[in-house]
Amino acid sequence: MSILIDEKTPILVQGVTGDKGSFHAKEMIDYGSNVVAGVTPGKGGKTHHGVPVFNTVKEAVRETGAQASITFVAPPFCADAIMEAADAGIRLICSITDGIPAQDMMRVKRYFLRFPKDRRPMLVGPNCAGIISPGKAMLGIMPGHIYNRGPVGLISRSGTLGYEAASQLKELGLGISTSVGIGGDPINGSSFLDHLVLFDKDPETEAVLLIGEIGGPQEAEAAAWIKENFSKPVIGFVAGMTAPKGRRMGHAGAIISATGDSAAEKTEIMKSYGLTIVANPAEFGSTVAQVLKRG
Amino acid sequence: MDVHEYQAKEILASHGVAVPPGTVAFSPDQAVYAATELGGSNWVVKAQIHAGARGKAGGVRFCRTYHEVQQAARDLLGKRLVTSQTGAEGKPVQRVYIEVADPFEREIYLGFVLDRKLERVRMIASKHGGMDIEEIAKNTPDELLQVIVEPAVGLLPFQARDIAFQLGLNLKQVSRAVQTIMGAYRAFRDNDATMLEINPLVITKDDKVLALDAKMSFDDNALFRRRNIVDMNDPSQSDPREAQAAEHSLNYIGLDGEIGCIVNGAGLAMATMDMIKHAGGNPANFLDVGGGASPERVATAFRLVLSDRRVKVVLVNIFAGINRCDWVAQGVVDAVRAERIEDVPLVVRLAGTNVEAGRKIIQDSGIPIITADTLADAAEKAVAAYKNAK
Repeated sequence: MSILIDEKTPILVQGVTGDKGSFHAKEMIDYGSNVVAGVTPGKGGKTHHGVPVFNTVKEAVRETGAQASITFVAPPFCADAIMEAADAGIRLICSITDGIPAQDMMRVKRYFLRFPKDRRPMLVGPNCAGIISPGKAMLGIMPGHIYNRGPVGLISRSGTLGYEAASQLKELGLGISTSVGIGGDPINGSSFLDHLVLFDKDPETEAVLLIGEIGGPQEAEAAAWIKENFSKPVIGFVAGMTAPKGRRMGHAGAIISATGDSAAEKTEIMKSYGLTIVANPAEFGSTVAQVLKRG
Repeated sequence: MDVHEYQAKEILASHGVAVPPGTVAFSPDQAVYAATELGGSNWVVKAQIHAGARGKAGGVRFCRTYHEVQQAARDLLGKRLVTSQTGAEGKPVQRVYIEVADPFEREIYLGFVLDRKLERVRMIASKHGGMDIEEIAKNTPDELLQVIVEPAVGLLPFQARDIAFQLGLNLKQVSRAVQTIMGAYRAFRDNDATMLEINPLVITKDDKVLALDAKMSFDDNALFRRRNIVDMNDPSQSDPREAQAAEHSLNYIGLDGEIGCIVNGAGLAMATMDMIKHAGGNPANFLDVGGGASPERVATAFRLVLSDRRVKVVLVNIFAGINRCDWVAQGVVDAVRAERIEDVPLVVRLAGTNVEAGRKIIQDSGIPIITADTLADAAEKAVAAYKNAK
């Protein structure tokens, strides 16, 4: 098994005819993802990479039964695209877009509260690399070939640092059940915690590697929850030990502005809740290998 | 993005928040003229920089005569003001704000911030204004008043009224405070602010409610729809390299180490800095060249990193996902040739898509580039190169 997506998940690509949408739709199809539809307002009725294109998400869902979507929509329009997907009944929305205004995301999160908890969509991102269940399906922009299939669940705020970890695992012959990028924005969709809940129930996942960075309360929340509720070993890392206070380190959300935001503090919190800490970013693979060996 | 105090006050005033009369000046003569226009016989001359704690650093001067106004402006303009929030280098003072200084009775704190945890706007108020919010929170935590704004309806007048009464204001003051609070909230919401602080908000003897100091920061991601805010940008207040980087939409933060970094992805860039530190060196900068690391962007990145004279070694770490290693490698080779940077040791680590083709381009170029296979290898080689160069 894996979490969120597998080879059967019917996928819809929002913004499929744009440069990025088109390129990555092709990559996803080549990887084996079940891409069933694309949406670009005004391009309905055409086909792109052999996939039917629709004007609206509602139409695409009705005609193809798409259940997951990925948005390649420019920042000014992306919040609207996410809410359109939610309204059409899409339950897993992955947003790659970097640069959505924080107030737009506030609106998106508020809009999601319209749905009862058991039917509320899961938003992954924005500003993330997406999701991959190696050997099954990819709903994202990562280089698929660096991921081996295996027993490690990976949740990362950063895209490229997630790649780094995945390739270190591969070097050691280890693999991944599912990798989720939750994104680098200050207000994002799903959190570390949302995916930990899923990994807990996934029989293929034996351990979870959690890669955070400076800024925000999510890593500490996840660590506290793990201590009380999580049955599998968790390995943690927080990037930004050398990051200065009060400066935005690339990601809109990566800024040390409050107590508990720094990498040192978050690492301490993780340690105090019993996570195994990756000492430095060259040791993702070796640390996970040790933990798995211990069983 | 940050703006100056006088700009924040302009924005607030346009949303119905009362502010003392004031004018910005770029020279001592303009400052005197401003004082004559404003009238009265009490003014305050305030250095305009993107940092707080100006008062304690001598950046705020009370003046009783035109001569004093001129002298204060002369003292401040053209200097760098160092406050507890600017760092040792301070910030250049190129503008002063001349404001009518009338006496007041009480100082209140009023702030709005985008709360990441609640994913809502949080309003904070306190009876005890005039000092840092950190200090207020420490001294009188029980007296902090807070409202969490429901995004579907926005801040409601009854919430503002509730806060105004809790601040212990009289009826006349309450209605003016409500106008101030609602106006400040609209200024925050309608301009995509991430932080707004009015500290102090003062109450005068004749029951006026005035924003005496104001600070605003804005969401960089929302600037595309806030031309009015973009126009207020003052590049003199940021590190010149950071301003140059922003022009090329690169994310650059200057630090004080010796190993320059060019990395794709913010997380990997931070991890690369951490790894350099772990290997015994110090990173000179944070630099994320982004997903599409085109040859032009790589060349710009090199120019930026090398404009820092402390840089003795450059480390390039690219994990190609969207972009391809061969493409990035060509960019590196072109940049090295164009910028003639052969005298600075260069360590390059490529991984991901088309990595073999990328490595071949580097080998075939004949440029003495130190190649590395892993993150650890790259950091160690960069630190070793620095120690050799020294």
